[in-house]
Amino acid sequence: MSIPQLLVHDKQDNVGVVVVEGISSGSEMLCVVTEDNSDFQLVVQDDVPIGHKIALKDLQEGDDAIKYGQDIGRIVAPVAAGGHVHTHNLKTKRW
Amino acid sequence: MSTDRKFYGYRRENGRIGVRNYVAILPVDDISNAACEAVAANICGTMALPHAYGRLQFGEDLDLHFRTMIGTGSNPNVAACIVIGIEPSWTQKIVDGIAETGKPVAGFAIEQSGDIETIAKASRKAKEFVHQTSGQLRQECDLSEIWVSAKCGESDTTTGLASCPAVGNMYDKLIPDGIYGVFGETSELTGAEELCKARAVSPEIGNKFMRTFQAYQDDVIEAHKTSDLSDSQPTKGNIEGGLTTIEEKALGNLEKIGKKVSYIDVLEPAEAPAAGPGLYFMDTSSAAAECVTLMAAAGYVVHVFPTGQGNIVGNPVIPVVKLTGNPRTVRTMSEHIDVDVSGVVRREMTIPEAGDALIDCVVKTANGRLTAAEALGHKEFVMTKLYRSA
Repeated sequence: MSIPQLLVHDKQDNVGVVVVEGISSGSEMLCVVTEDNSDFQLVVQDDVPIGHKIALKDLQEGDDAIKYGQDIGRIVAPVAAGGHVHTHNLKTKRW
Repeated sequence: MSTDRKFYGYRRENGRIGVRNYVAILPVDDISNAACEAVAANICGTMALPHAYGRLQFGEDLDLHFRTMIGTGSNPNVAACIVIGIEPSWTQKIVDGIAETGKPVAGFAIEQSGDIETIAKASRKAKEFVHQTSGQLRQECDLSEIWVSAKCGESDTTTGLASCPAVGNMYDKLIPDGIYGVFGETSELTGAEELCKARAVSPEIGNKFMRTFQAYQDDVIEAHKTSDLSDSQPTKGNIEGGLTTIEEKALGNLEKIGKKVSYIDVLEPAEAPAAGPGLYFMDTSSAAAECVTLMAAAGYVVHVFPTGQGNIVGNPVIPVVKLTGNPRTVRTMSEHIDVDVSGVVRREMTIPEAGDALIDCVVKTANGRLTAAEALGHKEFVMTKLYRSA
């Protein structure tokens, strides 16, 4: 298998993780779901550092962010598929 | 796979197996650090363990202080121990606690003698202990006799993809063989607490975990927070590495306990496990040095430490094995990494292969190979303090 640029834990997830350095806006990424080794393609919309998350589909304010098949927080600003998901648009529901 | 794995360790008087052979010089309190460091400077083959506390503590906080002191001196990696305190009563309490292991231990109090006379007496005894213990031979031990603790640090999203699952795979393979394991980090299970509760061996232990978790939320977080903790949990390093929320961090953290094993009891900080071989949860801070110090005091002899962005922590008593799945950290901080599992995120290495690589490194470390943190001189010995002293 080719080296993926994005890994997704679970089929239900709506965010994935960039696992290579130097991903820039417009790049087409090979995305692999680690749960079952299925893959798909996605075009990234931002320059995103290694380790940071990308939306797998359009997400609206108030949506749950899903990773590991679990709720990891609330989307607080809309983000399009391929967009960077981080502290500017995702917040904890705790504390 | 590992039932026939062997390593060479030090068999102690109480039957426990150590992987290092230290003569520790342990201060009871902050003001005895100087004497301990002077003894360690006088006598080669000894190691002082300076720390910041031990005066005017009371209640549960004092209990934890004694448990950490006695546990550290009792750790099987310590062959013999000198205890130095300002006064004789608390010094003797710690000596008596360590003496239950059967190892050589002696205490010295500074009041009415002064530093110089105390240092002279303690140095002579320390030299005796060095001669008594330094010739001890390692013996063949079954890998099932090892106690391995786990805590991650400077986590990022690769921690949950690669290095924490590698630790989980190690536990899935070694816990059934009869080793003792432990995980902790009470605050960093926030968002994964229900999943963690479900991994207890019984509903009773799951409820015990939830009581510990909830007490932390109520007594520490709710009592002291001034914000949603977004500036502390996740840490700035976590955020740099791509983690956004405590829930996301916690789900990656929990990967350390693997897919199969259940934890069999919930431990107080620094409490020695007493329910037999298996995996335990310990109520700890998520700060690296505090957590590893508590686990060493509970009797664990090797620590495995997944890191994403590159936490560099070590411990004076137990070797800390670092592993990372972040290829950038491998590139920029390779001197701190013992096991490179970045092949997992390239899909060139499976989680079971990463677990095997970690087990191999644990065995080498148990045999005496210095970890990256040991070679670089990391000896972070940090006591946990529950509240202000009297």
